[in-house]
Amino acid sequence: MGGQGLSREFVGHLVALLGVALIAMACVVWLGVSPIEVSARQLFWAGILVLALSTLVAPAARWPNWQAQSGSALRWVRNNFFSNSWNALLTIVAVYFIVKLAPPAIDWLFVKATWGEATPEACRAAKGACWAMIQEKHRVIFFGRYPFFEHWRPLLGICLLVTMVLVSCFRRFWRPWIGLVWAGGSIAFFLVMWGGSLAVNYRTVAAVATVAAIAAGFKFAGPGSNLRSLFMAIAALLFVLAVGGGSILAVLDAIAKALFGSERVFSDLGAASFAIPTGLSFVPTALWGGLPLTLLLSVVGIIVSFPLAILLALGRRSKMPLIRTFCVGYIELIRGVPLISLLFVAAFLLPLFLPQGVEIGDLLRAQVAIILFAAAYLAEVIRGGLQAIPRGQFEAADALGLGYWQKMGKVVLPQAITIVIPPIVNTFIGLFKDTSLVSIVSLTDLLLATKDMAIADVNWRAFYAEGYIFAALIYFVFCFFMSQYSQHLERSFETGRRKRR
Amino acid sequence: MEPIIAMRHVDKWFGQFHVLKDINLEIKQREKIVICGPSGSGKSTLIRCINRLEEHQKGQIVVDGVELTNDLKNIEHTRREVGMVFQHFNLFPHMTVLENLTLAPIWVRKMPKAAAEERAMQMLLRVRIPEQASKYPGQLSGGQQQRVAIARSLCMNPKIMLFDEPTSALDPEMIKEVLDVMIELAREGMTMLCVSHEMGFARQVADRVIFMDQGEIIEQNEPHEFFNNPKSDRTKLFLSQILGH
Repeated sequence: MGGQGLSREFVGHLVALLGVALIAMACVVWLGVSPIEVSARQLFWAGILVLALSTLVAPAARWPNWQAQSGSALRWVRNNFFSNSWNALLTIVAVYFIVKLAPPAIDWLFVKATWGEATPEACRAAKGACWAMIQEKHRVIFFGRYPFFEHWRPLLGICLLVTMVLVSCFRRFWRPWIGLVWAGGSIAFFLVMWGGSLAVNYRTVAAVATVAAIAAGFKFAGPGSNLRSLFMAIAALLFVLAVGGGSILAVLDAIAKALFGSERVFSDLGAASFAIPTGLSFVPTALWGGLPLTLLLSVVGIIVSFPLAILLALGRRSKMPLIRTFCVGYIELIRGVPLISLLFVAAFLLPLFLPQGVEIGDLLRAQVAIILFAAAYLAEVIRGGLQAIPRGQFEAADALGLGYWQKMGKVVLPQAITIVIPPIVNTFIGLFKDTSLVSIVSLTDLLLATKDMAIADVNWRAFYAEGYIFAALIYFVFCFFMSQYSQHLERSFETGRRKRR
Repeated sequence: MEPIIAMRHVDKWFGQFHVLKDINLEIKQREKIVICGPSGSGKSTLIRCINRLEEHQKGQIVVDGVELTNDLKNIEHTRREVGMVFQHFNLFPHMTVLENLTLAPIWVRKMPKAAAEERAMQMLLRVRIPEQASKYPGQLSGGQQQRVAIARSLCMNPKIMLFDEPTSALDPEMIKEVLDVMIELAREGMTMLCVSHEMGFARQVADRVIFMDQGEIIEQNEPHEFFNNPKSDRTKLFLSQILGH
């Protein structure tokens, strides 16, 4: 059988070689180097068919050793594309579609495309993709309705956000001070985007003091110490003051009046404020748009929804019926409703319910809707991770005397979240693309900027495809980054922990 | 002397199943107890009641002068003073050995990090694997993991140690290294409760061997009498089954 098998495989190899030779000839003819009067296309298909036939003579899997030395390119082609008849068939189908689709696509995208600066008429004449349209319109795609001569500001904003995200990607920077980077970066982002003058009053002071108290707690007190708890408590109080504003002052006044009989001390203090001009013109959030808006909505959405989702996931597994019912109700309700309807509620219904005088901007309302929506989905993902942690881990933590939050924060959640990194990033990618839905509450995100600002121009309307391709590319770059980063993170967490035996 | 653990008329059910039936047990300080019995006899449940991993439904359990009730303060106090070693080690796989050992001292005992690490290294030395401090549990053998688990409990400086079948998940050649550590611990005067079928270990260190079956304490005696002169038929049957070949 040995001799027969060898000869059969030898024949198969020769047939395959013939096929490759035919394809090589097809290339020569196509390049116009050869004087032969045949069609390159026919030669090419003949080569493919002969290669496919070679699998019938002898499948590549059974190649003997002597072929290891012969023609590595041929071996590669046979092993990867023509290893057996079934794979040969798949290869033929795939090659057919590539041959049919790729040349016209390349033709349109690159060969006949108009690059650099050109008029719409020149684009039409060229019959290819009109990248000149992007050249002309990229600034409004990127920045939406933001005043044209202030475009450096949203550009700086994008850089700030991207820098903060990139810095946070390195695990060695996962230290408490990263919070300060975010606090400072966010202040800088809003300063540069809003401009105008910065009003300093008790709320601003309280907000800054909150951050300072948290930072001091991490810097000057050991983990788990009472001193750190004290700092955190102070930070929480300051935060309440910063967010609660006037109503907190009113409460303080009432207390002061009851104790000392004094009148409106705190409210008067609260009224004190002064303004620091930034030297930039004021740009309201209604004019923010394009990529900075999309990035802001997704970055804030991700950062805020994540801890919220953890609380919801823990709450859903809680032994306390009230908390559990609330979390189950919240998750099921939000998941049962499309994001669009949430955005509508936030944009049009919410203002009707708010008390007189309280106003929340469009941007903030859309942001809150996105956060609430993403948190419900994320909570279920994280709960999945929690379910995967063996009971022994909970018991070991209990037996060591760790409290509930220590057990969850130090033992259970780090493991649970590592397990569900892929679906978490899945949710984040979904959130990133879902931000385009804010267009229905007339926020000019990247996609709406493309549609309403770039494509709406009568002169360039014919080239809508180019606009959408460009927007899609921008989305893709960010989503691809997230996907790659998630894989990197998975690998880095796995190192050293997996059994090596 | 006041017993450090006292169980009086303790009953426990899992649904309809009566796991512990009227358990009465007093353990003095520095006493070493080995509990044996067929599987499903309630041995593990009994020691898991002592640090409230399981809740008993009737009777009274007093550990180190504190009664175990639903009061979280009491439970926390008890868990700080009682160490536990599990059959499947239950080390935290995402932390290095050293981090496993310092977690509870830092967060529960509020020890400074440096002091906790120093103590952890002492304990690793005691279980004879100081060189593994910076590895992850997944990189260690079963015997080494169980010794780390013992060291992790010791770092909390417990008054009582509970062992829930500490050697039954180990390959035979690793059992000795774990038992050696336990014997040493016993010699140093630790109060110990071990659920174990290692009869050699029981003979060597136990002050008392307890035999349980179907949720009841059938017989208890000092090891020599227990093994050579068992009173109850059930004990005789059990001993003949595990020592018979």
